[in-house]
Amino acid sequence: MDMLRKIAVPIAAVLIFLCLWEALVWVNQWPNYKMASPSDLPPAFWKFRHLFLEMGWQTLWRTVLGLGIAVLVGTGIGVLMGFSRIARDALYPLLVGFNAIPKATLVPVIALLFVGQHDFNTVLMAFLISFFPIAVSVGIGLSTLEPEYRDILRSLGASRMTIFWKIALPKTLPEFFGALKVSVTLAFIGTNLVEIVSPHGRGLGALFKSGETNGDYPLMFAVLIALAALGILLYYAVLVLERIFAGWAERPSG
Amino acid sequence: MDNLIDIKGVTHAYRTKSGPLPVLDDLNISVPEGEFAAVVGPSGCGKSTLTRLIAGLMKPDRGEVWLHGERVTGPRKTVGMAFQNPVLLEWRTILQNVILPLEIVAPGMPRRDREARALHLLEMVGLKGFEHKRPSELSGGMRQRASLCRAIVHKPDVLIMDEPFGALDAFTREDLWQTMRDLRAAEPFTCVLITHDLRESVFLGDQVFVLSGRPARTQAVLDVTLSADRTLDILFEPAAQDMLHYLRDQIRIAQGRDGETH
Ligand SMILES: Nc1ncnc2c1ncn2[C@@H]1O[C@H](COP(=O)(O)OP(=O)(O)O)[C@@H](O)[C@H]1O
Ligand SMILES: [Mg+2]
Repeated sequence: MDMLRKIAVPIAAVLIFLCLWEALVWVNQWPNYKMASPSDLPPAFWKFRHLFLEMGWQTLWRTVLGLGIAVLVGTGIGVLMGFSRIARDALYPLLVGFNAIPKATLVPVIALLFVGQHDFNTVLMAFLISFFPIAVSVGIGLSTLEPEYRDILRSLGASRMTIFWKIALPKTLPEFFGALKVSVTLAFIGTNLVEIVSPHGRGLGALFKSGETNGDYPLMFAVLIALAALGILLYYAVLVLERIFAGWAERPSG
Repeated sequence: MDNLIDIKGVTHAYRTKSGPLPVLDDLNISVPEGEFAAVVGPSGCGKSTLTRLIAGLMKPDRGEVWLHGERVTGPRKTVGMAFQNPVLLEWRTILQNVILPLEIVAPGMPRRDREARALHLLEMVGLKGFEHKRPSELSGGMRQRASLCRAIVHKPDVLIMDEPFGALDAFTREDLWQTMRDLRAAEPFTCVLITHDLRESVFLGDQVFVLSGRPARTQAVLDVTLSADRTLDILFEPAAQDMLHYLRDQIRIAQGRDGETH
């Protein structure tokens, strides 16, 4: 019964949403160049199935690579800020300032800096847009570690490295994954931003733009659906990792 | 008999934004091997600072701390610590939490031996059957019991406790006093217990040190002349009552001198 509710309710909600969408287009008699309806999407998917696979893969690997670099660099910055007051005072204004820049404005800057390096630019953008939450969460997690946690090992003469691996790092994992859920979405936005804007781009963003150029509205909507699916896939991948590595932080329900 | 802990003329001040804050002032405390020293004093007088000095987590401005005839200059593996907050690691089971110090102090010890040692202690404090639970699944008193096991799992010769039972309700606290007494009978260690509960200091201590208000000096030392195998009832006997009255008066004097005067 519980299982049924968990699966049936979301599916029903999606179906109702699709029906409403179809009805809206039908009632208004919107032509295809104004708004595609759900029934137009399967043919569009089928027609461009090879492109969808290829472009989807491009978007996926570049997002994951950018996010991976963001995790490494963000954790590194967070560790620095968490352990050194000086690093914290020095880095914080820089980070906040950088984060305040709307990232769309960086796309032309990057494109001019690294002309034609489409893969590189895309990964760079995914990284730039997504490392901030990770750095901040790790930094705050480490700097707010209660001194007693450190003292139980420090009083035995444990090195800073040991304390970091055994206590500080695991203790910040829940905050880290909270940030990673935000970052994965941001990295995905970053990838698509570059794909859409670049003149000879690849990936689902580029496919979206070619649909626009050719006035193929069903294709554009099909790309949107594909993006949503990929975004959900990435998000749930992070959830699974969180379960594995920080599942202990979940309060037992009941 | 040799003193295991010797605190000689220790003076310390914290450097704060509003200038130096003197916390300890020419403090002298000696604890013979195997004895239990209870330390009481007004809140904020410097008791936790004292524990950090004994553990080698910080160095005093002046004076010396000696453990086992060696001058303390930094942390040492022969010390165990327990705090008011049990600070158990939520991502480890109770058993893994208790084993933690062995991972640092005896990295070569076989896993089976570590677990056997931890299980033995858990059984002694009445936590048999809870070794695979997470800390959040235990009550406050049980967590504190696990924290005690962790503090002595590596057979330290000094156990330092900073108000370990301060957050527990009165009955749980009395249960833990008895657990503490039994642990001491089974495992030899020298103990420094910071507490704000005078009954606790008399029940557990061989000596009670009363610290003055900040900056703390040794204001009074009381020899607890009760038999080693005490029961809770002993606290209601005249000898214990006299000691409690004496300590109560000393605390009153300590608070009057400086203490929390806001
Ligand atoms: N790291 C520190 N820096 C500055 N002041 C401190 C520090 N730690 C403690 N203090 C101050 O020193 C005094 C004594 O602290 P503490 O030893 O924790 O007292 P107690 O444990 O007896 O309550 C308190 O007034 C406290 O605010
Ligand atoms: Mg204290």
